[in-house]
Amino acid sequence: MDQQDLKQAKTGRGLPSLRPSAALASGLRRAGILYPFLILFIVLSVWSAPFFTKVNLLDILDQQSSTLIIAAAGTLVLVAGGIDLSVGAVYALAGVTAAHLALFASPAVAIVAGIAVGLGVGLVNGVIVTVFRINALIATLASSFVVSGLASLVTGGNLVIDYSRPGFADLARSSFLTVNTSTWTMLAVVVALGVVLSRSTTGRYIYASGSNAEAARLSGVRVQLIKLITFVLSGGAAALGGVIDASRVLSAQASNGETTLTFTVLAGIVVGGTSILGGEGAMWRTVVGVLFIALIGNGFDLLGLNPLYEQIALGGILLIAVGYDAWSRLRQS
Amino acid sequence: MAWLSVPAEPGIQDPYVELVDIGKSFGGVRALDQVSLTVARGSIHALVGENGAGKSTLGKILAGVIAPDHGQLLLDGEPVTFRSPREAITRGIVQIAQELSVAPALSVAENVFLGTEPRRAGFVARRALRRRYDELAATAGFELSGDLPGRTLRTADQQKVEILRALCRDARLIVMDEPTAALGRPDAERLHRVIRRLAAGGTTVVLVSHFLREVAELADRVTILRDGRLVRTAPAADETEETMLSSMLGRSLGTTFPARRPVPAQAPVVLEARGLTAPGVHDVSLDVRAGEIVGLFGLVGSGRTELARALCRAQRATAGSVTTAGVPLTGSGPWAALRAGVAMIPESRKEQGLMLGRPIGENVSLASLARLSDLGLVRRRAERRAVASALNQVGVRVPAQAAPVSTLSGGNQQKAMFARILLRGPRVLVADEPTRGVDVGAKRAIYELLTSLAADGLGVLFISSDAEEVLGLAHRVLVMRAGRIAAEFRGEAMTEAAILGAAFGAAEGGA
Repeated sequence: MDQQDLKQAKTGRGLPSLRPSAALASGLRRAGILYPFLILFIVLSVWSAPFFTKVNLLDILDQQSSTLIIAAAGTLVLVAGGIDLSVGAVYALAGVTAAHLALFASPAVAIVAGIAVGLGVGLVNGVIVTVFRINALIATLASSFVVSGLASLVTGGNLVIDYSRPGFADLARSSFLTVNTSTWTMLAVVVALGVVLSRSTTGRYIYASGSNAEAARLSGVRVQLIKLITFVLSGGAAALGGVIDASRVLSAQASNGETTLTFTVLAGIVVGGTSILGGEGAMWRTVVGVLFIALIGNGFDLLGLNPLYEQIALGGILLIAVGYDAWSRLRQS
Repeated sequence: MAWLSVPAEPGIQDPYVELVDIGKSFGGVRALDQVSLTVARGSIHALVGENGAGKSTLGKILAGVIAPDHGQLLLDGEPVTFRSPREAITRGIVQIAQELSVAPALSVAENVFLGTEPRRAGFVARRALRRRYDELAATAGFELSGDLPGRTLRTADQQKVEILRALCRDARLIVMDEPTAALGRPDAERLHRVIRRLAAGGTTVVLVSHFLREVAELADRVTILRDGRLVRTAPAADETEETMLSSMLGRSLGTTFPARRPVPAQAPVVLEARGLTAPGVHDVSLDVRAGEIVGLFGLVGSGRTELARALCRAQRATAGSVTTAGVPLTGSGPWAALRAGVAMIPESRKEQGLMLGRPIGENVSLASLARLSDLGLVRRRAERRAVASALNQVGVRVPAQAAPVSTLSGGNQQKAMFARILLRGPRVLVADEPTRGVDVGAKRAIYELLTSLAADGLGVLFISSDAEEVLGLAHRVLVMRAGRIAAEFRGEAMTEAAILGAAFGAAEGGA
């Protein structure tokens, strides 16, 4: 009798309860970077007359197009629980490869070859990480050195100049509806990868792999294959960015971008609110995050502030973003 | 101070630690309920019980690893509260956990004095370290060279390192949780001698063990727990393996089980393993027929989970075959098993089952997305409808499918995993401890789910360390011990005494 009563007392209720603190944390996480971005946007519009002009805004987008393309694919890598530190090097290798080929081959061949090189490096990165199970951070750091070296081999240490081949510039410089093709390409890539991430089965598997790889595996997701795909896409996107920028300036060199680009891309993704621990994130976040960093740079220029402080501000923002992510995860668990 | 007036257990001459009216719940599940006991100084005190009876929890409370919800801990008659293992250590209570932590790159002596090394000007004083180690080892009566690197140590020697570590921290009470579980017989006997010597030297040992023979040989007093409650504490001399076993049985919680439907005589075999061998699994053969619930019982560490993972291709098998509905399972990974119709509900829903930060809907549809998409894009309306119907079937009402699955209670999280399986529609379900850590109401619901899945023609391999629920649900029970199927029981032979006896390796074994 006594035990029977106890059992009744122990019996749980049928209705699920939503823990308020977790709901709050996930709500905050959802809004995230949007508020700081909008505030910065408004502040710049008010303080600087040249900021809110079509020329300046399109200029920002155009300058950021390669960064956004690389960050879009990088978002998939991070959500799947990986990281790709080789994008800067791949960007440079693809740029010099395309620029070099453009000297004697048709622009189309040069562009395709440049991108193929990036896809190849991405595949190698993916295989090293998934088949040989080497930590993605180390694997892509190592491959970035190799790829940088290859880029120097291609150029022999010189700047590759394509001024004699203006056709190669069409990829980035032609315009459609007064907007540069490089910007259009960026929009197409970001939208396409955004749809993959948020609407496709592959996107679901990417989230699942990054959120809980073992659970995903036991639910029939081929986690390693999914991760491999994200690395291939990342390599391809880095190469596309490199080729576009080489086309824009009709030249390329092996030391282009490299580490600075890699970290700008990562910073943009993370500031946007995509977790470095995987399983969380969204494409719009990356777009806002990358543009937020671009606005800071643009603002320093327009307001005539000492650019030395720009890097310090960026580092601080990055720390805040990562700290916030860790904090909201802590809340949630 | 009401606590101080509680009389010590009669017959204990020198009470060292007293636990009074200890209670502890984990997420609505009561692990310990009004447990009181007294441990005498310098004695070997054993805690025994089935899996989940609360013996490990009690050991952890003693060592400050977890805090009790209510009740009082008295040390030498003085009430104490441990907020962390560190606080317990300062009072001379040290737990040696099942997972040993010996740093492989450090020597034995360095491991023992880790964090308390004798120092001179910030550097480890090697000679002093060596001397103190030799003294300590001599006091404990261990023959273990202090120079051996940690990585070369066998489990038994690693345990000695842990014990020496405890002694050098001036431990007066050592809690050992299943110290011999990973040891062969000679090593286990060596450890028994060590434990006896410790007790003879005045150290108190609390021994959590499910090896009843070991308990009978070693302990001075035995506390038997059943379903989180104290059955009795008695001198070990008054107990035998049989009396302890019979006291551990017979949980009379009055749980009712849904009626079993008989398996049709011509029901086909849907899962067949022959000579399956994998890490922790030795030469296992078994059949599961459509509509049949086969219970797989065994103690913690007997290889149940390893078998489940090998069956579902989550762990590569080194030998043997698995066949589903007559077709040999090929390909590697759970993906291939799932394609052949073998699904799994893993042991730990947090670590292996759910993507806690992701929405409920995504968690449920994950295994069925191929069916719910066109041209690689998820048909979201179809998905929402399918998820809603699956959740409805398992009896979970959710605030919104978009809410993170972590907002559900433990029982509902478990049911969400069943919804994932239902949506996928496999031929065979391997459910590893599906009722672990859920409340009684959710347990009952899961029993009904398993029964109705079987009634729909699914073959179910139901793994549990709760003998009562295995007996209540299964048509047939397999008992695992040391990686092998030790016995099989069906019909009348399926009794709690029989399967526990087979699991503990008692004399009569099984069919």
